[in-house]
Amino acid sequence: MKANIRKIAVFLEETQTEMDRPVNPPTRRAAAVAVIANPCAGKYVEDLSELMTIGEELGELLTQKAVAALGIPGNHAESYGKAAAVGENGELEHAAAILHPKLGTPVRKVLGKGAALIPSSKKRGGLGVPLDIPLGHKDAAFVRSHFDGMEVRISDAPRANEIMVAVAVTDSGRPLPRVGGLTKDQIKGEDGLR
Amino acid sequence: MPEVAVRKRLSSVEEIFHEGGPRSNPPLRRAVALAVIRNPYAGAYVPDIASFMDDLKPLGLEMAKSLVQALGGDAKTVEGYGKGAIVGSAGELEHGALWHVPGGYAMREVLGGAKAIVASTKKIGGPGTRLDVPITHINAAYVRSHFDAIEVGLADAPRADEILLALVMTTGPRIHARVGGLKASEIKGEDGLR
Repeated sequence: MKANIRKIAVFLEETQTEMDRPVNPPTRRAAAVAVIANPCAGKYVEDLSELMTIGEELGELLTQKAVAALGIPGNHAESYGKAAAVGENGELEHAAAILHPKLGTPVRKVLGKGAALIPSSKKRGGLGVPLDIPLGHKDAAFVRSHFDGMEVRISDAPRANEIMVAVAVTDSGRPLPRVGGLTKDQIKGEDGLR
Repeated sequence: MPEVAVRKRLSSVEEIFHEGGPRSNPPLRRAVALAVIRNPYAGAYVPDIASFMDDLKPLGLEMAKSLVQALGGDAKTVEGYGKGAIVGSAGELEHGALWHVPGGYAMREVLGGAKAIVASTKKIGGPGTRLDVPITHINAAYVRSHFDAIEVGLADAPRADEILLALVMTTGPRIHARVGGLKASEIKGEDGLR
């Protein structure tokens, strides 16, 4: 493993009722977050390929951890998202290098498919900064019931020379979706959009 | 007898490999179980609330078992524990105190009769409030290497009429513990203190 991982945190959230109405089956979302050393911290580095490779490793590891927390086979996942928070001695572009070039392919491999763009967010921040990971249906980005987000944070990360990298996976959409739009049973799943 | 109405749960596990020092194999693991329940006493002063402690016992047991599961399934690997509660704004601090007995005894039962008092904390707070749950060794409260804490919380809880209940367990000392004091290997384990 190329990444120097200080810690990994896995979160599993389950909503059973909303406004006293049962959510049946409960909606569940999981996020796996790695806190790694930022090899490019503190200086301008032109070539960010090291971070891209780290993104590839973490894509597989974190997706496996999130799916394991849900206790489902990868192909039962419904939505996904990714995010990164760079410590104060790093650049936003470091988050981009981890998230965008190579992280997605192993995520999709673990989940069997994943025709849709993986929604993402990134920021620079200090210890305990909340990371809002956007979520969207993995095969059809327009499925409205699955537009969502999951907040995660780790009180002691990211330190100045670290990056927090997160992958979120769900087996469901929002708890009681009722604002219309494309539903998951209408998905064609060809273009990643509908 | 008020029912225990759970709105949502969160479980999380941290694996800590290092904190700038030597890498630990296996990593230290710290697990959190949260449950957000309706506060049956919110909004008014209710003199007699103690019976709710019995109602909470099954939930306590379930959460304690889920923590052992999250840490790998073997109760013998658990070395530290703690508990806490955040009471929503329409409740009283005393409602948080209802968690002492069902939360504490559930963990001791699952761990096969742990001897030390379960370290705890509580507060009144709104959605997103964070709580630093204290942690001590399960059989001897004075073991210095196991004094620790985990920050917990949920972005959307507790609402005014809710209580967020927390149990936490860990598999060992702080990752680079080296400030002396009573060692886990020196425990007599009779009085819960040393």
